[in-house]
Formats: sequence, C-alpha cells, structure tokens
Amino acid sequence: MPVLDVRDLRTHLITRWGTVKAVDGVSFTVDEGETLGLVGESGSGKSMTCLSILRLAPRPAARIVGGEVRLDGDDLLRKTGREMQRIRGKKIAMILQDPMSSLNPVFSIGMQVKEPLAMHHGLRGRALFSRAVDLLASVGISSPADRLLAFPHQLSGGMRQRVVGAMAISAPPRVLIADEPTTSLDVTIQAQYLRLLKELQQRHRLAMIFVTHNLGIVARVCDRVAVMYAGRIVEAGPVEQIFRAPAHPYTKALLESVPRLGDTREWLTAIDGQPPDLAALPPGCAFAPRCTSVMERCRVDAPPEVIVGEGRTSRCWLSVAPSPPRRDAGLALGSSDGPPRA
Amino acid sequence: MTRFVLTRLAQSLVALAILSVVVFVLARATGDPLHLILPMSATEEDYANARRYLGLDRSYPEQYVTFVARAVTGDFGTSLRARRPVSELIAARLPNSLKLGAFAMGVSLLLAFPLGVMAAVHKGTVVDRAAQVIAVLGQSLPTFWVAIVLIEVVAGRLQWLPAGGVDGITSYILPGFTLGWFVVAGMMRLLRSGMLEVLDSEYVKLARVKGVVEARVVWLHALKNALIPVVTFAGIYFSILVTTAIVVETVFAWPGLGRLAYEAITSRDFPVIQAVVLTTAAIVAVVNLSVDCVYGFIDPRIRYAR
Ligand SMILES: Nc1ncnc2c1ncn2[C@@H]1O[C@H](COP(=O)(O)OP(=O)(O)O)[C@@H](O)[C@H]1O
Ligand SMILES: [Mg+2]
Repeated sequence: MPVLDVRDLRTHLITRWGTVKAVDGVSFTVDEGETLGLVGESGSGKSMTCLSILRLAPRPAARIVGGEVRLDGDDLLRKTGREMQRIRGKKIAMILQDPMSSLNPVFSIGMQVKEPLAMHHGLRGRALFSRAVDLLASVGISSPADRLLAFPHQLSGGMRQRVVGAMAISAPPRVLIADEPTTSLDVTIQAQYLRLLKELQQRHRLAMIFVTHNLGIVARVCDRVAVMYAGRIVEAGPVEQIFRAPAHPYTKALLESVPRLGDTREWLTAIDGQPPDLAALPPGCAFAPRCTSVMERCRVDAPPEVIVGEGRTSRCWLSVAPSPPRRDAGLALGSSDGPPRA
Repeated sequence: MTRFVLTRLAQSLVALAILSVVVFVLARATGDPLHLILPMSATEEDYANARRYLGLDRSYPEQYVTFVARAVTGDFGTSLRARRPVSELIAARLPNSLKLGAFAMGVSLLLAFPLGVMAAVHKGTVVDRAAQVIAVLGQSLPTFWVAIVLIEVVAGRLQWLPAGGVDGITSYILPGFTLGWFVVAGMMRLLRSGMLEVLDSEYVKLARVKGVVEARVVWLHALKNALIPVVTFAGIYFSILVTTAIVVETVFAWPGLGRLAYEAITSRDFPVIQAVVLTTAAIVAVVNLSVDCVYGFIDPRIRYAR
C-alpha cells in the first residue's frame, strides 16, 4: 500500500473572476522511500495540490470540493480539524517555497524547533532540550545548543534552511512535501540542500513529494515525476522513461527547453504561448492553444487519462488508441497503445 | 540596544529643552495676565508693583533662566490665579490624570486588540466591517459629544454611573471609555493591516504546517509580529490621549492635569500652563522611552543590534 494515495483531488478557488479549478482531479501515489517530482509552470496548481493534502489551502477562497487523500489508507479529507492538527507536522511535514523567510523573526530558534516536539511528542524540560539539540545536530548544524538561543536573523541563509529541514523531520513524518525548496537559493547552496533532503529522506524512509521548476533537479532526486498543467496531471511515470520518451507534447516541450545542469535560467519562459488563464480555460484540452501537435478534437473534447506504459499515464489524444481524424501521427511516443483508464 | 535607548534619552532631553523655550514664549505671547489678575480699578502703579512682585519686569532671557533653574528643582512658581505654588496644584492633579490615562489606555487596548485581530482574521466579512465601524466611530464622533451623550444617557436617564468627579472605580468608566475609544481606531487599523500582512507570511504558513493550533498561530506567532508597528505608535497614541484628556476631563469635571490646563489657559495663568505642558511632555518622553525598551523586547533584531 502506498503511504500517500491522492485520488481525484479537486480544489476550487472562488475568485472575483469566477471559479478557478486550481486542482482539477489530481491523482497520484507515493510509496515509502520514494520521491515523486511535481513539475509544471507557475500557476499550474502544484502548491495548491500540496496545501490541499494538508488541508491548508488558503481560506476562504479555496475549497476542496472532492476526492480523497489517503495517508496509510486513512482519508484525511474526512478528518476533523483537531485530528488534522495532529497530522500536520507529525505525519506529513512540508518545507515551504522560501525556507529563508519561513522562520518567525521574533521567536528564538529554540522556541520554533521545540514547538512541534512539545506539541506532537509531549516532550518537556531536559528531554525536550536534548531532543532539539540532537535534531539540529542531525541536519549538520554545529554547536546546536548555542543555536537554540539564537534568533533567525543571526543565522546564515544556509543555516536557516537546515533549521527548517530539522523541523520538518522532527517527528519523523511519513510524508515530506518540499514545495520548490531551493528556488530562492544560489546554486552551490542548492546542491548542498538537495543532498541534505535526499539524505534525510533515505534515513527516515520518507515518502517525498518534490515540487520544482527545474527538470535538472527532478533527474537528480526523483524516482517518478508528475507533470501538471492547468490543475491537472497531464503525464506521470518513472523519471528515466519520461525523460527518454515523453508521451505528452507539453512534457516534450518542457524537456526540449531544459537547461544544462547548473544553468540557473528558468526554463518555463522557453515554451511558446501564454500560460493558461485558469478562470477561462478553453473547452477541450487546456494545452491545445499552445500545442504543436494539436488536432481538431483537442479543441472540442478534453482527453482522458490513458495508460501509456508500465506505471505511465498521459492525458493526450495522441496517446489514445488510433482514432480516425488523426493528422499528426509521426510523434515519438512511448507506447501509444492502451485503453482509457476508468 | 543600550545605545539605542541612550540615543532616545538624549533626544527626549533636547526635545524637552526646546519645548521649554516654546512654552515660555507662547505663554507670554497670549496677552498680559495682569489684566485678568488685577481688578478693573487697578492703577498704573498697581500694575508696576504686581509686575515687579511676579518678576515680570525683568528681561525675557532673565525670566527664562530663572524659570528653567527653578523648574529643574520642581519649582514652577506661584499660580497667578490660585496664589498657591504651582507644584502643589500639579501634585494634586497629576495622580488623577495618570490613573484616568492608564484606565483609558487599558480600555483602548482591550477594544483595539480583539477588534484588530478579528477584523484581520475575518477579513472582508461582517466581523471585519463591524469592527471597523466601531473603531472609526470612536475617532470621528467628537469627544465632547460622546461625553455629553454618555452623561445624559448612562449617568442621567439610566443612573447607572456617576456623571463626573472622582468617586470610586465606577467614576472611571465613562471618562475612561470616552477617552480610550478615541484612539481605538488608529490602533485597530494598525493591528489589522499588520496582522493581514503577517498572516500571509511564510512563517505563519509554516506554523500551521507544523500543526500549531490556529488560536496559537494567530495570537502568538502572528500577533507578536503585528505588535511591532503598534508599539512604535504607542507613544503617539499616548500623546493623543493626553491632548484629548483636556476635553474629557473638562466635561466630566475630572480633577486632572487636563482640566487644570483648561482652567489655566482660560485665565492666562502661565506659570501653571508652563508647568502642565512641561510635566505632560516629560511624561510623554518617559512613555516613549519605555516604548523603545518594549520594542527591543519584542523585536530581537533591535535588541541585538550593535
Ligand atoms: N490565495 C489565492 N487566491 C486566489 N487564487 C489563488 C491563490 N493562490 C493561488 N491561486 C491561483 O491558483 C492557481 C494555482 O496556484 P499554485 O498552486 O500556487 O500554482 P503553482 O504552485 O503551480 O505555481 C493559480 O492560477 C493561482 O493564480
Ligand atoms: Mg507554487
């Protein structure tokens, strides 16, 4: 059984411009010790997916309107608020986009590190202190006892991220969600932090969701990858296979624009066309307006999710078993056969 | 931190010195007090005698030096009207003002905190709008009008509370509320906007992600940060309270510094005016200094600076 099993998750945002389906039927699983990469352009719903798993999508705008989030078989969407509070930080931890500003400037490191330990494990006094010291030491922070007395502004950027990492694994949790944890860091620190996260994951056999812009990072840290577009997963599967032979034109476009390792350029801008406006999606496939292999039916009907290989899915008419009005069949696909999934 | 506080202390002293000059000059620019003191029938000679007796015949610099030298020892001369040492008048009134001020500050904090925090937490809802209306009314309704209505209704018709004077804790409620309500709006708005910003921050999000209960997220993690701008302005609110106290104390017949100031101004009793203004300024300076210390206590970035 997977540690985390997300099924048909739907999160809607009520905005001035109408209802935005920020997460529109997302399904995936993550096993123990496995890392799932979640990639996609900015605004495609990656953060909203992660926050919905923790039931922390920004209210009152966001509402989870359907689906299941099973943690070790237990549906989190049926939990009470109190129960969720005991799951957050204990069973599922999350590292936010900007670890530098995730520490509260007016509280000591000690207070912030000890807080979840006291809350979730009932530690007090000496036991609490020594556990906090151990935790900081375990993420490679030197003289941890002194650091507990410090305030965030007294620590270096790299140190602060380590503190955030330490808090995330303090339980240790079953699932670790890292939402673009390295975007705001420079390249050398990025590499160090990735190594640390990877090491923590392996040590605790965490199921990890790694959200990123950077396909280079996906190649290095992820086992499987799910590509999001306009609130949906358009392609998912093992990293090597998808990198070798992407099934979806969007994935293909992403891969073609990926920079060499170490290049910090954002690859997103390299794809032609405007990112979709989620409040006014076209009928049919959301990627159709930008797709180079677009067909007539793409503009009319949204493609179903189909299995395109061992553990691989794609949401593209090109992947659906041969259909009459097919114009562009010369595309390099993985395996283009397979029935639509129920 | 120590340097920060010392700098502020020096600034306060300079400000007090400048203020003493301003007060001294203004008190003498508003007209000859002897017209008020002496009877209509007074002769030129009576005026000359009175002037000499009160030291008003000497040059302004001389008068100022004497004034400062005495003021430093707490001697503000004799009231022209009451013919008693000004220090006695101040000593009699000051405690009443401090007590009313503290009570009013308590009222405004008690109103502003829940209102500001709840307005931010429930942004855009009925709660938010109601909180803003309550706060803004306190600021936009004229203080004397609020005071008169309260006296008329609560003290007069309902007979629940005394209409004026100092007589037990119940007599604090009406003037304290009138005075406190006036500054609620400013504090509440600062808190609301501060909270809105902080509630949107990454560290508040992380607190929730860690599983911290929502009440603790709001009232501890977020509020301590949102407090920083409020504390910065606390000194200013206090000054506003002090000024507004003149109206409130007068309407409620409250024997405090505010009413003493009102009486002194209407009778051009400038030794008293000078003393009241300087005493008030000294209190404001002390409050501001304490605020600076509290500020450092809340924000470690200030505490550990240099
Ligand atoms: N607080 C919010 N209020 C309204 N809309 C939001 C809010 N946060 C995100 N959105 C919208 O939800 C969609 C998904 O956003 P997000 O999950 O943050 O994308 P990603 O993490 O992939 O960049 C976007 O279209 C964004 O405009
Ligand atoms: Mg995001």
